[in-house]
Amino acid sequence: MRILDPHIHMTSRTTDDYQRMAAAGVRAVVEPAFWLGQPRTNPGSFADYFDSLVGWEPFRAAQFGIRHHATIALNPKEANDPRCRPVLDLVPRYLDKDAVVAVGEIGYDSMTPEEDEAFTRQLAMAVEHELPALVHTPHRDKAHGVKRTLDVVRESGIDPGRVVVDHLNEVTVAAVHDSGCWMGFSIYPDTKMSPSRMVEILREHGLDRVLVNSAADWGRSDPLLTVRTGEAMLAAGFTDDDVDRVLWRNPVEFYGQSGRLDLSDLGDTGPLFEGSSILRGGS
Amino acid sequence: MGGDVVEDNAWLADAVARVGADPAAIVRAFAAAGRHCDDAAAARARLLRALPPDVLPYWIDDLYRHGDTNEKLAILTALPGLPLGAEAVPLLHDAIRTNDTRLLAAALGPYAGRLDQHAWRHAVLKCVFLAVPLEVVSDLDRRADRELTAMVAALRAEREAAGRRLPDDAYRLLDPIP
Repeated sequence: MRILDPHIHMTSRTTDDYQRMAAAGVRAVVEPAFWLGQPRTNPGSFADYFDSLVGWEPFRAAQFGIRHHATIALNPKEANDPRCRPVLDLVPRYLDKDAVVAVGEIGYDSMTPEEDEAFTRQLAMAVEHELPALVHTPHRDKAHGVKRTLDVVRESGIDPGRVVVDHLNEVTVAAVHDSGCWMGFSIYPDTKMSPSRMVEILREHGLDRVLVNSAADWGRSDPLLTVRTGEAMLAAGFTDDDVDRVLWRNPVEFYGQSGRLDLSDLGDTGPLFEGSSILRGGS
Repeated sequence: MGGDVVEDNAWLADAVARVGADPAAIVRAFAAAGRHCDDAAAARARLLRALPPDVLPYWIDDLYRHGDTNEKLAILTALPGLPLGAEAVPLLHDAIRTNDTRLLAAALGPYAGRLDQHAWRHAVLKCVFLAVPLEVVSDLDRRADRELTAMVAALRAEREAAGRRLPDDAYRLLDPIP
């Protein structure tokens, strides 16, 4: 099984996780910028966080043979704090970085006017920087949030094929399917979405435009739930090729639209990949 | 690295011209160089050389502070070829503070001649500690001194107490300094 986890917050995970992920077939990850549990209060905190997403974290991932890319944005929760609004002026500079493959996570948390503005402005940045967009949907009032999200995406003029609407479930999948956007599913230990429910959704809606992620972060979560979903697919009669499509080829196709997804030299992912040639990318 | 990287690449030639006319144009060009040029580090060095010398220290600092790892590496390796005094020494301190072995290695090229001896010794010791090959250190044999030897010997003692060894190339630093 080869896996690109299209949404995982590795900054919050340990090296043990990297080791288990690499052993289980995770070869690449995309880490979206989001909140950190503790709210931030100034743009400098975000600059350091964004720097880490294009600096230290890819280096850490490389120690385990895992390729790391990022998405950058002011997230909807913190968009509500006026002290963090200037982050919107920092974001464009990071959108120019080689390893940034989308604008995200953007979207709604509590559906405030502040979130409206940050969402709209950052969708426009995605268009301007020719990047896809990763859209978070609220965990409360989700159905309404998804509907409003799709309205905003439509009005923005971005190609729906360059947008993934994430954290979907049985109730919200159909509207996103019909919109032409990609459908993201975050598999959690015991809430939101499980491997067996994911298999049922794949049976009903097919494998097109589907991304499956662990969304693992600092909360109760499991970075191997992508693998568990692949196993559940096989147990339910899906083929190895189906699993490869959902867990590898689909995310490669989606983020590949950035023109910046670099999966070169990942054929043989020994434990010392890059660690054994520390000057790679240097002189 | 000569100016000839420009000749084969229209994107780079245009970017160099724009940076010469408006230094702030280097921000986006510097970040995007890897997507337009086969040798991104050489292209980035060429862009830095296109900056007017009086604003070079400002932009070196800005680009480094906001750079991803490859941008930072390109700056560190370009430093010896740029018309700079000691203005970029704080960038070396920053690179040496990280635990990213690529940045540490790149900080110890010829421009590290401007590091004071204390900072330089600690950077070399950090290379030994992180197993960065000592061949990356410019001027190592001339600059190594008794104090560095003593620091490496102390690290060897700690390692040996734990049943471990220093990287093979570190043992040469234990030879007596004439």
